[in-house]
Amino acid sequence: MNTLPQQLANGLFLGSMYGLIAIGYTMVYGIVQLINFAHGEIFMTGGFGALTVYLYLPDGTSMWIALPAMLLGGVLVATLFALGAERFAYRPLRGAPVLAPLITAIGLSLALQQAVFNWYPDAKSARVFPQLPFGPYHLGSLRIQSGDVFLIIVAPLCMTALALFVRGSRTGRAMQATAQDPDTAQLMGIDTNRMIATAFAIGGVFAGIAGVAFGLKYGSVQYDMGFQAGLHAFTAAVLGGIGNVYGAMLGGLVLGLAEAMATAYIANIPGMEQLGGQGWASVWAFVLLILVLLLRPQGLLGERVADRA
Amino acid sequence: MRQRSLTIVTSLLTAGALTLTACGSRDSKGSDSGETTVVIGVDAPLTGQNSATGLGIQYGVQIAVDDANKNNTVPGVTFEVKALDDKAIPANGQQNATSLVSDKKVLGVIGPLNSGVATSMQQVFDTAGLVQISPSNTAPELTQGKNWQTSKKRPYKTYFRTATTDALQGGFAADYTYKTLKKRKVYVVDDKQTYGAGLAKLFTANFTKAGGKVVGTDHVNTGDKDFATLVTKVKNSGADLLYYGGQYDESQILTKQLKAAGAKIPLFGGDGMFSDTYIKTAGASAEGDLVTSVGVPVTTLPAAKDFVATYKEKKYPGDYGTYGGYAYDAATAIIKAVGKVVKDGKVPSDARRQIVDAVQNSDFDGVSGHVSFDQYGDTTNKQLTVYQVKSGKWEPVKSGTYNPAS
Repeated sequence: MNTLPQQLANGLFLGSMYGLIAIGYTMVYGIVQLINFAHGEIFMTGGFGALTVYLYLPDGTSMWIALPAMLLGGVLVATLFALGAERFAYRPLRGAPVLAPLITAIGLSLALQQAVFNWYPDAKSARVFPQLPFGPYHLGSLRIQSGDVFLIIVAPLCMTALALFVRGSRTGRAMQATAQDPDTAQLMGIDTNRMIATAFAIGGVFAGIAGVAFGLKYGSVQYDMGFQAGLHAFTAAVLGGIGNVYGAMLGGLVLGLAEAMATAYIANIPGMEQLGGQGWASVWAFVLLILVLLLRPQGLLGERVADRA
Repeated sequence: MRQRSLTIVTSLLTAGALTLTACGSRDSKGSDSGETTVVIGVDAPLTGQNSATGLGIQYGVQIAVDDANKNNTVPGVTFEVKALDDKAIPANGQQNATSLVSDKKVLGVIGPLNSGVATSMQQVFDTAGLVQISPSNTAPELTQGKNWQTSKKRPYKTYFRTATTDALQGGFAADYTYKTLKKRKVYVVDDKQTYGAGLAKLFTANFTKAGGKVVGTDHVNTGDKDFATLVTKVKNSGADLLYYGGQYDESQILTKQLKAAGAKIPLFGGDGMFSDTYIKTAGASAEGDLVTSVGVPVTTLPAAKDFVATYKEKKYPGDYGTYGGYAYDAATAIIKAVGKVVKDGKVPSDARRQIVDAVQNSDFDGVSGHVSFDQYGDTTNKQLTVYQVKSGKWEPVKSGTYNPAS
């Protein structure tokens, strides 16, 4: 049996997940040049928000009703956390040396993890997440799980919506203006604080959706799930060109595919048996990142960064 | 302004430090009169990875200590538990070991859960002469030295365990796979940790020796969530069983994705996977999966019934089924040793050394079976049991001992 199509699909699904989370890193970086290391945790709160909604729904509620409610709950919680982080942790530090908000982000990340760990009931180990009651689907030799179906529908939809919003709407254009030059944008009458909050909110919305997708795909959510996912998503954002929303999605897909290919095939190359497999997937992903950054320091779709120095 | 706040902070800190010192001196005065307090340290992962089984150890010890206090097992001595969290990270384990050693009231330590963590702690306890009993470490090196296959040599005389080694567990699993399940093609995956990789290696060695074929191997990272690529490889390899060396955290997701990918083969693992959390998370996918675990089923021993009942009644968190009983027995071994050394509440100056010797000579019936140690510090209880998930529960399917020669 040829496994290449299945492995490509596996990589694609994983990559879509990375891409959804990466949007949050890239939006925030694009507008305030801050690497929001707490974003992985915002993604985690999205998963737990959705789980909470599900637990409050009466037993036996059809997933067709529960899923939209869970999405709403996840998105709401993640967005609230993202906005709260912006308002109370980062805004007071705007204008402070760049290291201050960075350290704050790391602190916030730990605080959020511990908060969920301590106060969410039974969150000390993985909590079971409800599953979609259909699938798996067969498509030739391909096998697609219900959680992956959700991802493959939702991720492109969200991306298209975001692209239309940023390019087409007044707010979107105002955000671009703020990203290009905050001082001038303010002089032109743009409320830059609101634009920055909007960027955080969009990141939160995507993180919330990604949190639900994560729960559906892996069947459980855990208080520390944001760390590894966040790290990979951040890598995806850098790979695609941090600050560029299309880059985040592309970076996610490339990273997911690279990990899948590395896991599946590197061990088959003679002499490389020891360097292949799941345990080495991240290593190869980072080798790819280094190669890309050597040849294109701004990332795959990155923009010039000279005037940011 | 800045100057003044600095002064305030400094004075607050000084006051705090003084208060702490005051507390310390009052404590030691209190213990002079009346009951002596002996602390039993616990080191295990209490949060995050492996915490379900880690908490089982903590509260297994807690119940042993409560029982000892209730029954006044050692007259004049009140036992206390001091549980430290190592998060399954060797560096944390070493730090905890250092802090337990420096607490003079600690006369014995239970833990850790992970073999990899144990290697970082043994030296610290050995230097201090403090006894350490692990309810769960299975790496043979810990008691029989680096060259345990050729020449056994005990590296640390303060280290004991109530769990059997992977040498037996891996062999027992291989034997069961080949002879009872009649599986011939196996895919072997491990998590690259001391425990997981060691178990996988011993399984592979014994399985191939029996005539089976390992059709593929791979390694995962602890904390991994996505095994889609790996399970596609497993399915494609035509394996009829997946052997996993590692903990429940990864394998519960691995088995789920394995079954979802359409590979209808069981996953077989070691005692690190023998946890109710595994079934809870994996759901129906866990059905038919197997583990080997140390000892005979806790529920079949009459002495264990009280233990299980107490654990449930107190609503302690964590999974007692995995190591709870062994932790209880390990703690009891230390309590009994303290009973031999501490008379009338008087702790001799070389109490720690004497307790090591007393533990070496342990000989009693615990909740997991008979407790005594051989010359390496290994348990003499070499019973192993294979459990299988049936209707959402771990059911014992075969108990026995493994004789490496056969």
